[in-house]
Amino acid sequence: MTEEIIIAGFGGQGVLSMGKILAYSGVMQDKEVSWMPSYGPEMRGGTANVSVIISDERISSPIINQFDTAIILNQQSLDKFESSVKPGGYLIYDPNGITHEPTRKDINIYKIAATAKAQELGISKVFNMVVLGGFLKLKPIVDKQYIHEGLEHSLPQRHWNLIPQNEEAIEIGKGIIEAVQVL
Amino acid sequence: MARELQLMKGNEAIARAMIASGCDGYFGYPITPQSEVMETLMAEKPWETTGMTVLQAESEVASINMVYGGAATGKKVATSSSSPGISLMQEGLTYLAGAEIPCLVVNVMRGGPGLGTIQPSQSDYFQSTKGGGHGDYQLYTLAPASVQEMYDFVFEAWDIAFKYRNPVLILSDGAIGQCMEKLYTRDYIPRWTEEERRAKAPWGTWGKPATRPHNIITSLELDSARQEVFNLKLQAKYAEMKEKEVRYETLNCEDAEYIIVAYGSSSRIAMKAMQMAREKGIKVGLFRLITLFPFPTKQLAEVAKHVKGILCVEMSAGQMIEDVKLATQCGVKTEHFGRFGGIIPTPGEVLEALENKIIK
Repeated sequence: MTEEIIIAGFGGQGVLSMGKILAYSGVMQDKEVSWMPSYGPEMRGGTANVSVIISDERISSPIINQFDTAIILNQQSLDKFESSVKPGGYLIYDPNGITHEPTRKDINIYKIAATAKAQELGISKVFNMVVLGGFLKLKPIVDKQYIHEGLEHSLPQRHWNLIPQNEEAIEIGKGIIEAVQVL
Repeated sequence: MARELQLMKGNEAIARAMIASGCDGYFGYPITPQSEVMETLMAEKPWETTGMTVLQAESEVASINMVYGGAATGKKVATSSSSPGISLMQEGLTYLAGAEIPCLVVNVMRGGPGLGTIQPSQSDYFQSTKGGGHGDYQLYTLAPASVQEMYDFVFEAWDIAFKYRNPVLILSDGAIGQCMEKLYTRDYIPRWTEEERRAKAPWGTWGKPATRPHNIITSLELDSARQEVFNLKLQAKYAEMKEKEVRYETLNCEDAEYIIVAYGSSSRIAMKAMQMAREKGIKVGLFRLITLFPFPTKQLAEVAKHVKGILCVEMSAGQMIEDVKLATQCGVKTEHFGRFGGIIPTPGEVLEALENKIIK
């Protein structure tokens, strides 16, 4: 199993930390992992993205440009990465702020209204975990118990009291992700 | 701290390895994409645990000269920077090499020339292996290709540096520096005690006992006859490194019709290109350089005997290719492929270059 993922959105949406939690969970489950961020001026309030690879084998290049799954959190990222999903791959997006919906018919497209749901429940801080939950529903590549360990390793100990809230957000995400039919 | 599995950035791995390998002092100045080295050191506060000094100097020129001063006493001293900062350090590096002072320098390369870009590049190969400063000198140059190697090579760098009394350069780039991967940490090596330091560095300026003459650390010798003898001594040292300290890795070279030669992050991309080629039935191998100096000349020449073509992949306009051609005496068709300016080539582009430049 090798899963090559891009997570992309605005800086501040928790894109990098979502990737880190996923990668650390993979480490805990004894997978090979890599986490490769975009870095530089584009991160200051602009777009941020990170490529995460989780695999059973030694990872060759941590730098990739074709993805099994793209997790998209803003319009710029959708424009940039829709074409980079491998045929038959998955595109997951949050419709918040999206004006031009994805159009490809050779990939599986899913919508997760994580921004709206997190606002409704007053859990905007763990919005990224709602999205992660949606991904894990479609691609259960890391087991629940290892996600817990991944959270423990990714969060400073003073924030461990927030782990149950993060885990609840993941469960909420699993419940609200829905398939989109491109006409 | 015992062996432990963690997820961390390459830059963070460098910093943690410095602390864990008994480094006595780090002097540096921030620059993207290597700033996490000093950030991690500052966050870890090793001066409270191992007693290691960590200091932000006023510039890279100052930091390399602080390395000169600290390392002249026989202590394990390090600095790190990225390409423009390493350029500023070249005078200090040739002095360190000329004074035969062991130390560790880490370059997390970015694109140039000048201030260039903050994105990854590998265009400092010439500077690293052909003498960025003046005079006939060499830096023992290691090119890590993973976060684990970023960590391990710090430990190994001290052994080489003190064995040969020579500066060691870890030549990395922004991609490996910023990437997070799995890492097994090692057991801590305590900093040397005074007695250990005097035993390991009897040449150091750690105070003059009555039993021996002054230890003088200098790179100046006005008597040409003596300077020539010294130059020959340095060359003998480099020859010994070429004989004993060459490191490289081969993957699928046994049955390869074509090989890709690469180091650092390019070798990771090349590895993927190799896998893609093999899936298409093209027999491609990877020859990964681990030491850039000493270059694995004999070993590459041996592998090259059995192949039809070599693609050199480097994020530059083509620097390493010169040493590859020297190694094979231009006996094999050899071409360069690279992107530069901070652009990282994709595995698909590497495969395409192999097909178009070498196989066709």
